[in-house]
Amino acid sequence: MERIRDLSSKKAAVIFTKSSCCMCHSIKTLFYELGASPAIHELDKDPEGREMERALRALGSSNPAVPAVFVGGRYIGSAKDIISFHVDGSLKQMLKDAKAIWL
Amino acid sequence: MADTSPRTDVSTDDDTDHPDLGSEGALVNTAASDSSDRSKGKMDQKTLRRLAQNREAARKSRLRKKAYVQQLENSRLKLTQLEQELQRARQQGVFISGTGDQAHSTGGNGALAFDAEHSRWLEEKNKQMNELRSALNAHAGDSELRIIVDGVMAHYEELFRIKSNAAKNDVFHLLSGMWKTPAERCFLWLGGFRSSELLKLLANQLEPMTERQLMGINNLQQTSQQAEDALSQGMESLQQSLADTLSSGTLGSSSSGNVASYMGQMAMAMGKLGTLEGFIRQADNLRLQTLQQMIRVLTTRQSARALLAIHDYFSRLRALSSLWLARPRE
Repeated sequence: MERIRDLSSKKAAVIFTKSSCCMCHSIKTLFYELGASPAIHELDKDPEGREMERALRALGSSNPAVPAVFVGGRYIGSAKDIISFHVDGSLKQMLKDAKAIWL
Repeated sequence: MADTSPRTDVSTDDDTDHPDLGSEGALVNTAASDSSDRSKGKMDQKTLRRLAQNREAARKSRLRKKAYVQQLENSRLKLTQLEQELQRARQQGVFISGTGDQAHSTGGNGALAFDAEHSRWLEEKNKQMNELRSALNAHAGDSELRIIVDGVMAHYEELFRIKSNAAKNDVFHLLSGMWKTPAERCFLWLGGFRSSELLKLLANQLEPMTERQLMGINNLQQTSQQAEDALSQGMESLQQSLADTLSSGTLGSSSSGNVASYMGQMAMAMGKLGTLEGFIRQADNLRLQTLQQMIRVLTTRQSARALLAIHDYFSRLRALSSLWLARPRE
């Protein structure tokens, strides 16, 4: 949990993924399309990946552990939340507020 | 002995050309000529027994033939019945997918159940839309329209719930679009429509729109397209990684002692296939969110017109499909 808090606050947008997760690939693509360049942390490449996955699962309650998206150091949600926030325009606003994008 | 069997009399009279026995098959004739070779007019126990056996065999053969004909007749009736059912279903606009597919898919019954559920959903939708159409034509007030619009949106949510359940059961059936008409299938994206395409169609039909609304719909069209592209990219990476998993280790590996690695490979591929369901769910989530956002941008009356326009578009696509299938072919 400590490590997640650490990593998630180091950049305006942070996404925890797994290298084998295809939905993570979709969410990353969406962020790039929006012009944000999020920090990507692959849990399966991290020595503390297992503990981090457990912590993320607890954080997202019913959500899958990955993708887990943080904007401005705050947990935003997983794929479903990101798509919803993207469609209603609030994701863009969050990214602007966190200075992950400028326009 | 001779008087117990009615046939004995006959065979003593004329054993070479026997009309009764002849009708019972070649075996009987052989037996009859056999007996004539040995001793004319007299039949020993052995011959009698053989004749009796022949008669029994012939009787069984007739029964079998009768049963077979009966079975054919039953099959014919069943086929006629099925054809009538299919015809009825076609008239109702239900698509019955090929039985071959269903026999192979594990969720065969699930697929059938979903098809039935979906056609019920469509029927209910038609009713709602007729109601909405007459309300619009009668210049009903916003509050009345609002109730119907909310009902339609709730009905869409129901569709996505039904699809989500069906995807757990048979994800390939949903992706194949076999529950839709062929023309609809042609436009299929991740088991449904592309919201961004629908919004493009709507733009002309919602005039007049305020500057703000125009921007809202344009933005929505763009965001839904971005999300569609992102999901498509994810699907591509899924296909790629599935192909990589299945093709790894097929070259140069010896045939023996690789059962474990083969099974491991398959298990990994199965895990990847499992994520298909997530893509359908997110695509439907995108569709629902887009419709909801569209309604937030538009007025109640515009929303009603938009939902009706979407409905009419799909109705026409289905009608086009039927016309195409029924077209005369040389």
